[in-house]
Amino acid sequence: MMHHGLFFQFNFYVFGLIAIASALAFVTRKSPVAAALWLVTTMFCLAVLYVMLDAQFIGAVQVLLYAGAIMVVFLFVVMLLNLGHVPGSGDIKRLWPRLLAGTAGILLLAELSVLGRQALPMEQLIVPAAQSNVVTAVASPLFNEYLLAFEVTSVLLLAAIIGAVVLAKRRV
Amino acid sequence: MVAEALFFSAVLFTIGVIGVLTRRNAIIIFMAVELMLNAVNLSFVALSRLYGVTGQVYVIFVMAVAAAEAAVGLAIIISIFRHHETVDLQNINLLKG
Repeated sequence: MMHHGLFFQFNFYVFGLIAIASALAFVTRKSPVAAALWLVTTMFCLAVLYVMLDAQFIGAVQVLLYAGAIMVVFLFVVMLLNLGHVPGSGDIKRLWPRLLAGTAGILLLAELSVLGRQALPMEQLIVPAAQSNVVTAVASPLFNEYLLAFEVTSVLLLAAIIGAVVLAKRRV
Repeated sequence: MVAEALFFSAVLFTIGVIGVLTRRNAIIIFMAVELMLNAVNLSFVALSRLYGVTGQVYVIFVMAVAAAEAAVGLAIIISIFRHHETVDLQNINLLKG
């Protein structure tokens, strides 16, 4: 893959900007269904960015897990609770929370500009592994160094499944 | 490439924060939290090009935690909806002093 070609860089910018634009659309839509679909667009664009950053496995997992599973659960709950119809005014908050949000946004952007003045250690840019063992590169530390964390994650998922079933049940 | 990815990540995180602070629908706030998690994942992946593949391993863990969080959170929202018949956080003020 050509990593510093103009075309590559252009595509990177295009998908990043699409991700940001659809995130903005997600925040401003009144209908939860429309918001969820815009968020799916953001997640697909993020998957493209992952692939372009040489994390092909993460990109695939992003599509399968976020766009394919988590967002479907969100849409399912919207449908289950019958929230698709929005009353005229929508649910965007009043003045004070907006001011708070604006202040938080300005603070985060200020932090961004401060961080932007420091240079990244580009000289230690790691040459990507051969394209054939993309999954091995992730799996090897996952099942050696982080084996305990991996097993704990499976316990966490089991607890979450049981908790979700118990919470959503009508009579325990 | 890495610097741009970090920039996109910061902007997406900011948009997520704005979503959490300005919306009242509990489900949309949840989705904004997911957006923030995604922004952090983008940072992890971008920095994994500088500091090794460990960042991608962390992304796997973040995704697992996000899936667990979505399952439990949505179950909580469903049981709140059974009590209050709404997911508007303005009407859910049981703990308000």
